Amino acid sequence: MFWFLIRRLFLVIPTLVGVAIAVFFLIRVMPGDVVVVKLRADGAAVSEEAIQAERKRLGLDKPLYEQFVDYMVGLPRLDLGKSLWTGEPVIKEIGLRMPVSIQIAVMAGVIAVLIAIPLGTISALYRDSWIDHSVRVVAVSGLAIPSFWLGMLIILGLLSLFNWLPKIGYVPFWQDPITNLSVTIWPAASVGYRYAAVATRMMRSSLLEVMREDYIRTARAKGVWTRLIMRRHALRNALLPVVTVIGLEFAFLIGGLVVTEQVFNINGIGKLFVDATARGDFNLIQGLVLLIATIFVLVNLAVDLLYGWLDPRIRLS
Amino acid sequence: MATVATTPSSQFETLPRRPNALWQFARTQPLGLVGFLIILLYVVCAFGAQWISTFDPEAIDFAAMLAAPGGEHWFGTDQYGRDVFSRIVYGSRTALAVGIVSAVAGCTLGALVGAASGYFGGRIDNAIQRVVDIMLSFPIIVLAMVVVAVLGKRSLLGIDLNLIAAITLPIVPRMARVARASTLSIVAMPFIDAARAAGFSNSRIILRHIVPNIVAPYLIMVSASMAQAILLEASLSFLGLGVTEPTPAWGLMLSGTSADFYQTAPWMIVFPGVAITLAVFAFNLFGDSLRDWLDPKLKS
Repeated sequence: MFWFLIRRLFLVIPTLVGVAIAVFFLIRVMPGDVVVVKLRADGAAVSEEAIQAERKRLGLDKPLYEQFVDYMVGLPRLDLGKSLWTGEPVIKEIGLRMPVSIQIAVMAGVIAVLIAIPLGTISALYRDSWIDHSVRVVAVSGLAIPSFWLGMLIILGLLSLFNWLPKIGYVPFWQDPITNLSVTIWPAASVGYRYAAVATRMMRSSLLEVMREDYIRTARAKGVWTRLIMRRHALRNALLPVVTVIGLEFAFLIGGLVVTEQVFNINGIGKLFVDATARGDFNLIQGLVLLIATIFVLVNLAVDLLYGWLDPRIRLS
Repeated sequence: MATVATTPSSQFETLPRRPNALWQFARTQPLGLVGFLIILLYVVCAFGAQWISTFDPEAIDFAAMLAAPGGEHWFGTDQYGRDVFSRIVYGSRTALAVGIVSAVAGCTLGALVGAASGYFGGRIDNAIQRVVDIMLSFPIIVLAMVVVAVLGKRSLLGIDLNLIAAITLPIVPRMARVARASTLSIVAMPFIDAARAAGFSNSRIILRHIVPNIVAPYLIMVSASMAQAILLEASLSFLGLGVTEPTPAWGLMLSGTSADFYQTAPWMIVFPGVAITLAVFAFNLFGDSLRDWLDPKLKS
């Protein structure tokens, strides 16, 4: 297990470097000029000198390779440049907004897992019954409802039922857990629904597949209790693909959060990203995209490790 | 004309009638049919918007501000007195136009890249796959937002071309992945060896022998990408990064609805969201059924 872990960790480094390179070029090589877009955003006429001056100020007049070297040298020191809008270091801007977004994302993940595994199992066990059908309808709707609209419906429901809205503003959990949860639970539920839907579908189909395996039939033939078969043989194997989906979808959860944070007025990385995009603050955009891609890579690393732990065959191969 | 139609058919009457493909789809995939009918409804709305809508979607009428749904305004009106129903009907134009163009463009580009990657193999394949891997590690909306930020706005006929580019880009690597997998299985077949032995050029083999064989996954991906594209367009418009006022778009209708409207005019929030959800649902359903029908092996 130790060597498996080390090997996996080393494999992450080239991927992260690749992501960093991709982000750099994505922003600079695409046709279009950020400076022009930024300055002419309101349709105002801007002189060529002003554009050149702004380029110089941002260090965009340097040759591409020089910019690239600066950028890559800065990365290991977490130097992502300064926000073009506030002038604060990008890492500080992101750091301020990270906790609330991460908390919501993790809560959504926990909600999804807590719902998906039992629901998917029940759905598979009572296949083609009314329970199964209703679970599937709920799951399919989860894929179609935009999370931001679900958030709006939740607000609408809270207002019309209780005439109450969650407070605006984030309080760290250890300061005031109740206020903290009353703010974060709603966006977590909005983005968690889709997550739960995807995981439920996967849990159902993977359990159905596992139940057809020979070793389940053998266990049945030996007269093992159904409950024991489920716990010891079926569920553990069925969980593998579900773990994969949960890992893959985590990044998309953050994508959903980008939009949903707007609905609940939460000042997290999603809102920061939207503001940065609207203002053409590309240093900030670069930092945020890098952060999100890194989270994706690390979550997938965690999934790989979990996989190795759940299924010894993978560790050995 | 009638004689021409009946005479030849009489000699084939003994042959069993070949089942009509559409009819067969409808019978074996009832859910897919439901999806198809909903899509058809949207298509009718998009093409016949000027006849179906009851008001001008951009007409501001302060006398009818925030009117409740009723006989005159079926889905009510918004804060400017614009008819919500008419805006939704016209919004289907925006959604379908952006959806179709970006799904077809993204899938076509992705199919070509994927087919080339699978066909050439080796270093080219490796290089393309690394790029695809990296592109897949960005959530769809993040990639789209970067494109919006860098390209700015450039509209044609009221539709933002760069918005379409932003929605197209994330579709490409997903289709490339699927096309590559299909290509790999086709390349292993003897008729490709035969084509190579006959001295056909690489582009001819890809375009004439491989591409026709990946039509099934292509169609499935187009349908699934339509759902994604509609959702993405709605999300971007909601964020104020997509379609701009006064063009009617579902996501835009939900944007900027402050808390006051939640209580005074909930219809402004409910109906556009239903339009988005139903469209995404229909394309997902249709795509899933298409997959089961065209290629049972792909069923996962």
